[in-house]
Amino acid sequence: MIRPHRRHPLWLAYMLHRLSGLALALFLPAHFWVLSLALTDPDQLDQFLIFADNPLVKFAEFGLVFLLAVHFFGGLRLLALEFLPWSQRQKSLAAGAIAGALLISGTFLLRAV
Amino acid sequence: MLGIRLYMAQRLSAMMMGPLVLGHLAVMIYAIQGGLSSAEILGRTKGSIPWFLFYGAFVLAVSVHAAIGLRVILHEVTGLKGRLLEAFTWAVMLGLTVMGARAVLAVTLL
Amino acid sequence: MRYTGFRKRANRCAVSGNDKTMEVSVWRGSGGQGAYEIFQVPAQDNQTVLDVVSYIQQEIDPSLTYRYACRVGMCGSCAMMVNGQPRWTCRTHVKKVLTAGRLTVAPLRNLPVIRDLAADMDPFFEKWVKAGGVHKPGRSRDDAIQQVSPEDPGRVEANKAIECINCAVCYAACDTVAGSPDYLGPAALQRAWTLYNDVKVTDRAAVLASVTGPEGCTNCHSQGSCTRFCPNELDPLGSVAGLKRALARSFFGGKG
Repeated sequence: MIRPHRRHPLWLAYMLHRLSGLALALFLPAHFWVLSLALTDPDQLDQFLIFADNPLVKFAEFGLVFLLAVHFFGGLRLLALEFLPWSQRQKSLAAGAIAGALLISGTFLLRAV
Repeated sequence: MLGIRLYMAQRLSAMMMGPLVLGHLAVMIYAIQGGLSSAEILGRTKGSIPWFLFYGAFVLAVSVHAAIGLRVILHEVTGLKGRLLEAFTWAVMLGLTVMGARAVLAVTLL
Repeated sequence: MRYTGFRKRANRCAVSGNDKTMEVSVWRGSGGQGAYEIFQVPAQDNQTVLDVVSYIQQEIDPSLTYRYACRVGMCGSCAMMVNGQPRWTCRTHVKKVLTAGRLTVAPLRNLPVIRDLAADMDPFFEKWVKAGGVHKPGRSRDDAIQQVSPEDPGRVEANKAIECINCAVCYAACDTVAGSPDYLGPAALQRAWTLYNDVKVTDRAAVLASVTGPEGCTNCHSQGSCTRFCPNELDPLGSVAGLKRALARSFFGGKG
């Protein structure tokens, strides 16, 4: 349950940005490790890519792209808020961030399936 | 626990990654759309200086950005500060840079 | 503990004569210790949350500790958490916040509790001072009075925040303060932004320096709860963003 003083769009945008950032940061080492297999152990990389054809893994990939898009648009929102003279348009920008993220990840999902 | 230097590093790395993320998203969508195999992807990236520079810059920026982001979360959630917090920030930054560099080399080296 | 023997007295005191009551949970205790205590308070057509708290103290339990002064939204001393949200209780109508006949009142968040509903405001004001919230004049009494144009862009910016009444509602709403207890917080930073834009302040770099440290404006995550809950409808979030911009300019060697 979200505590009452947090129930407003900007706080939710903040939490979305934090959680997506945290998840991406935790995913990065795994991402780097798999790619470096191309150098150290190509066979294992191929095995991993076969595993990655699994629908569940595909869905997780969609999740990652969604996180990246959310964090990207949320970051643009923050940069605009901090470095461009600020206006009340923030809430609509926050909403736009989520819409844009859905659009991009939606495209990704449609192409993937 | 974020002074002006870390704050600026966080924002500058973010600005740097703006176009890089868009490029990365485009690559991903393109690769998925075309159903590219790893061999096809590697065939295009191996020995390519533009791809090396693109993903090299990405790795540097994301290492700085993620390390500072994790530092803030760690401080606000656990209250950790001082030398341990500094050590954590640097360890994440260096760890990600090294792992990322290995990945970039693996994908772009001939 | 539930009070049952007061209803007769409550009815005698009730102005409107209706015998509807509401259930009010009030935080009781001092320091980190305490619990909610439930009071039945007669409902009026028009009453503020402060009226309710005062009723409890005057009619039910004289030992209830709380703080208020002006009752008209000017002094900034009666802020409390009402249903989990920070509010100025003297200008919060019960009708607006009552849910299913219930109301919860607690001391302001992010501050130590002295007793019951009275929060210790010392950390809040210490940070106010730390953020340079004191006017340091650039002229002495021997100089002519400085002419300040109301249209001056700096003055316009400074004017936006001078209605701050130091109620600490923004401070209680801010999760960055909760996570980073040294963080100066929205009110003090907004004050610094006001001074930064005040043409009568000559040392702008000093103002900026006081909000540059690891506890300064760069910690803000733009959650916006400060602006959202400010009872005077000020915009600390915008002020902190202004400080960040000024800081970024000075970082690149600009004048700040």
